[in-house]
Amino acid sequence: MTATVLVTGLGVAAPNGLGTQDYWEAVCGGKSGIGRITRFDPAPYPSRLAGEVPGFVAEDHLPGRLLPQTDRMTRLALAAADWALADAGIRPQEQPAFDMGVVTASSSGGFEFGQNELRKLWAQGSRYVSAYQSFAWFYAVNSGQISIRNGMKGPSGVVVSDQAGGLDAVAQARRQIRKGTPLVVSGAIDASLCPWGWVAQLAGGRLSRSEEPARAYLPFDAEAAGHVPGEGGAILVLEDAAAARERGAKAYGRVAGYGATMDPKPGSGRAPGLGKAIELALADAGMSPSEVDVVFADAAAVPEHDQTEAAAINTVFGFRGVPVTAPKTMTGRLSSGAAPLDLASAFLAIGNGLIPPTINVEPMTAYGLDLVTDRPRAVDVRTALVLARGHGGFNSAMVVTAAD
Amino acid sequence: MHMSGSVFTLDDLRRILLESAGAEEGTDLGDDILDKKFGDLGYESLALLETGGRIERGWNITLDDSVLDDSTTPRALIEAVNAHLAAQAA
Repeated sequence: MTATVLVTGLGVAAPNGLGTQDYWEAVCGGKSGIGRITRFDPAPYPSRLAGEVPGFVAEDHLPGRLLPQTDRMTRLALAAADWALADAGIRPQEQPAFDMGVVTASSSGGFEFGQNELRKLWAQGSRYVSAYQSFAWFYAVNSGQISIRNGMKGPSGVVVSDQAGGLDAVAQARRQIRKGTPLVVSGAIDASLCPWGWVAQLAGGRLSRSEEPARAYLPFDAEAAGHVPGEGGAILVLEDAAAARERGAKAYGRVAGYGATMDPKPGSGRAPGLGKAIELALADAGMSPSEVDVVFADAAAVPEHDQTEAAAINTVFGFRGVPVTAPKTMTGRLSSGAAPLDLASAFLAIGNGLIPPTINVEPMTAYGLDLVTDRPRAVDVRTALVLARGHGGFNSAMVVTAAD
Repeated sequence: MHMSGSVFTLDDLRRILLESAGAEEGTDLGDDILDKKFGDLGYESLALLETGGRIERGWNITLDDSVLDDSTTPRALIEAVNAHLAAQAA
């Protein structure tokens, strides 16, 4: 019922690093991947910065058969899944198909692919719309394509809860493992840096309008004025600990606890739900706050939401009671890809005894956070808490620990 | 754009297959593929639907759904398309 679930493989595609090693070096070196958008001309739009994954040439990673039917987010996800499986030492074709599942998160589906097909629909007519539009835009497409490519026929699906989905998917993967599927590929890659995706994000009203990459995304800073979106994320291989041990697999760590809440209706006067999500995750892990060595913050960079997050952290851990960091200041907020990338960072922090920093931010004293700024902090990290909030009131928290 | 009455060739089909669905690893569409099954070449129904759509647009014809279902090889599909073109020209 409550089998231990380990993470045995990581595949990272981030704006400041392609591949786990690249990313970890970048994030510890304070290297940002935020810049002016190059994937389309951002000049007509009020926000013009994003975190773009550099140097990904899909043809180098995927067979030609998959290219006409995949959005950029799916190509990145397929490559990251390949890397994660190789990292875990899993050859999927050698495993029983029904012993492997895929549960990813998605915020928007394949927007760029969808935009191109919609353009053909109105410019040329319905006969010009690709047959692959039937699924290439769809939220579940990354799970589906990873499943097909790797012959994974176990329990699979997609979770859609904006940025919180990145943790919700991993929690769902853990549930499926506890129900008897030995291995589930999880995490998320989102990428919607195209005009259609951009106007959808602009409509949310939370994007920074700064044109200076080093000043545009400043969570917990007095100058916080919205976030910079990015693309990418991480794919994780989750395994039943007994199965992983049996095959002699190395493990990055354990998914120890999870909690999720919804915020109350605006105007209800009731408290936001993030603090409760943290308490639920700790209770699920059977751990006390004092055992947590670092918190990876959601880091909205909207003053009201920064305040809510700081209050939730302080309520559980006390004023300046735990190191807090937001490496996403180097990547932008990656929608559902953000929290899986933070989970990857948490496992790498555990493995390397190093908390990656928050860059560019001068934390407001009033928030009362011990924010790790500018350079990594050497700490023996055994337990990390990752927070993720989704638009509309989703709050999720996940506790991960060293494997032993 | 192609004129109705023109001929649909194996090279046309090769180009459209590549554009619409790519090629399976280890499959060379330049080989003698005329009598290979589409399934063995790595093309499932959606790939053929996309291929059929592109043929319809390029040659300005309308293919019945049954044409794609019944044409299990490149030779059969090419013959079916050319039969349409001949009927249109007549």
